Amino acid sequence: MDSIVVEALVRALAVGTPLLLACLGAILNERAGVVNLGVEGMMAVGALAAFAVASRSPDASLWAAVGAAMLAGAALSGLHAVATVTLRANQFVSGLALALIGTGAAGLLGKKFEGLPLFNKVQDWTLGSFTISPFTVAALILAGLLAFWLNATRSGLTLRSVGENPAAADVLGVNVGLTRVLAVLGGGALAGLAGAFLALSYRSSWADNMVGGLGWIAVALVIFVGWRPLRAIAGALFFGFLYYLQFRLQGNSNVPTEVFSAMPFILVLVVLALAGLRGQAGDAPAALGRPYVRGER
Amino acid sequence: MRFVAVTAPSAARTALVTVASVVVALLVCALVFALAGQSPAEVYGTMLRGTLGDPTGLAEVGRRTIPLLLIGAGLALAFRAQFFNIGAEGQLLLGAVFAAGTALFLPVPGALLVPAVFVAGFIGGGLWALVAAALRRVNVNEILSTLMLNYIAVALVTYLIAGPWKGKDVRGYIYTDTFPQGAWLPTLSGTQVHWPTLLLGVALALGLQWLLSRSTFGYALRVVGENPGAAHYAGLSSARVATLVALLTGGLAGLAGAGEVAGIHHRLLEASQISLGYGFTAVIVAWLARGNPALCLITAPLMAVILAGGDLLKIDLNLPFRVVDIFSGVILLCLIASEVFVRHRVKWGRA
Repeated sequence: MDSIVVEALVRALAVGTPLLLACLGAILNERAGVVNLGVEGMMAVGALAAFAVASRSPDASLWAAVGAAMLAGAALSGLHAVATVTLRANQFVSGLALALIGTGAAGLLGKKFEGLPLFNKVQDWTLGSFTISPFTVAALILAGLLAFWLNATRSGLTLRSVGENPAAADVLGVNVGLTRVLAVLGGGALAGLAGAFLALSYRSSWADNMVGGLGWIAVALVIFVGWRPLRAIAGALFFGFLYYLQFRLQGNSNVPTEVFSAMPFILVLVVLALAGLRGQAGDAPAALGRPYVRGER
Repeated sequence: MRFVAVTAPSAARTALVTVASVVVALLVCALVFALAGQSPAEVYGTMLRGTLGDPTGLAEVGRRTIPLLLIGAGLALAFRAQFFNIGAEGQLLLGAVFAAGTALFLPVPGALLVPAVFVAGFIGGGLWALVAAALRRVNVNEILSTLMLNYIAVALVTYLIAGPWKGKDVRGYIYTDTFPQGAWLPTLSGTQVHWPTLLLGVALALGLQWLLSRSTFGYALRVVGENPGAAHYAGLSSARVATLVALLTGGLAGLAGAGEVAGIHHRLLEASQISLGYGFTAVIVAWLARGNPALCLITAPLMAVILAGGDLLKIDLNLPFRVVDIFSGVILLCLIASEVFVRHRVKWGRA
């Protein structure tokens, strides 16, 4: 019995890790008022960049691979920053374009990495009968740091003010545009890190479409957890556990496998509807999704 | 750098900015191909030669224009009402499912079978979109819900063709039996251009344009989209507009799905074979047309060239079909990023 509980927890943590990292990134840019639906694409380029660096040679630096993933995610989200902050484009549609560009570019540029071995995967840490990826530990720490930073520091307050009331922040001398650009870049870097986990630790290979919808679930998770980093840990664990159940029940029951592959997406809808009915969507940063133009409101 | 508003931008300015943004997008894509070690000249040359260069290629473009026109015209309407339906892919699949169910299992008399297949397709797509409209009433963003519904639709199709609807005569493969001949759509000879669906698309694009610009519903739709506050005070229910728009756009995507299975494949098969990403590409068709269904008559063939060209890149240059996503994404990004230049002039220097 114990081993089943441990296995469930280990698995839930593993699938929950990319969800948590990507969700933290989305929380970061959404708290500054910018929605970025491109998470799926940023995770894809992050995974590819990490794999491309780490598979170069047996002694390629994993730090360099992780750095490349974060840079790739940030670079892609930089397009979003220019389009939505500087050129005031529709944030939802821009994010969608980003998802297409990211998955498409990763598929094209990654073709030559398909089926290649990874010499240097990130080793899990063993704690008794329990193994955990360093990425998981990092994600949990980052959730705590982001919560602390947003709620207890001056610069965190500044970021939140830009998401809640950019006009007021502007009057107080905050550079709204710069704050939002930095938040979007940070969000992209975290999504890239989530992709690095997939390529270096979870699957330790490169395949087209390896993100497989996790990015979209991360975007929905942000609403479910009410834009709060610590709650994101619970949300990511919850969806990680669902993936575990899917894996566990597949083949062990008469239920068709397609039901399990559709399950996370059905549950996202249910969860979003529940969050909506509870009025949680009202917790969104007040200026979320709206470009800021000085002198307009 | 700052932006100075242009009051009432001219049609010429709008067209110029649109064309310029597409040109920039194609240049950016060329850069991506160069990065991937492909010669952009070879990529674009292959795409153009194989699509506009010969009759077979043109027929391939025509075949892909059909679903893009139907879905794009519907989405143009949806975007005008600020209903961001991104789930046309799933709605198309549900249209295909309903159409296949009708063709395979319903005892419809011969002459009525083709109309029944289309009606079923409309209902299937419309119902799938209504799920998103209903969820919107409890504050679920329709971009997210329609996307999730896409994934669920793919699983549903796989379940049907591998399970209860799996053909009796097929071994090893997963698809249904072939539809009875009475449910096949006629095609232009020697091509896969199922012309009844094409005519339907042209008629509906023009009809929706009329609906948008001349009818009371179209007026309500535009007010809800452009000024939700005013719509509320005028007593226009944005929820009702969203529901009707969802039904219409989903229905049109469903018609596209019915056309694909009844006109080309004659059976229900895997989702990735029914649609080559028509749902997402149609988003760009609608955006390029700037929310005018009739203009999709021009923009749908344009994007069909890119889809047909993507197929050629896969066959001739061994590139993954995902390159089409790069085209779609970059064009979309350039389009929306350029919108500011339609309504603003750029002044250099500090304010």
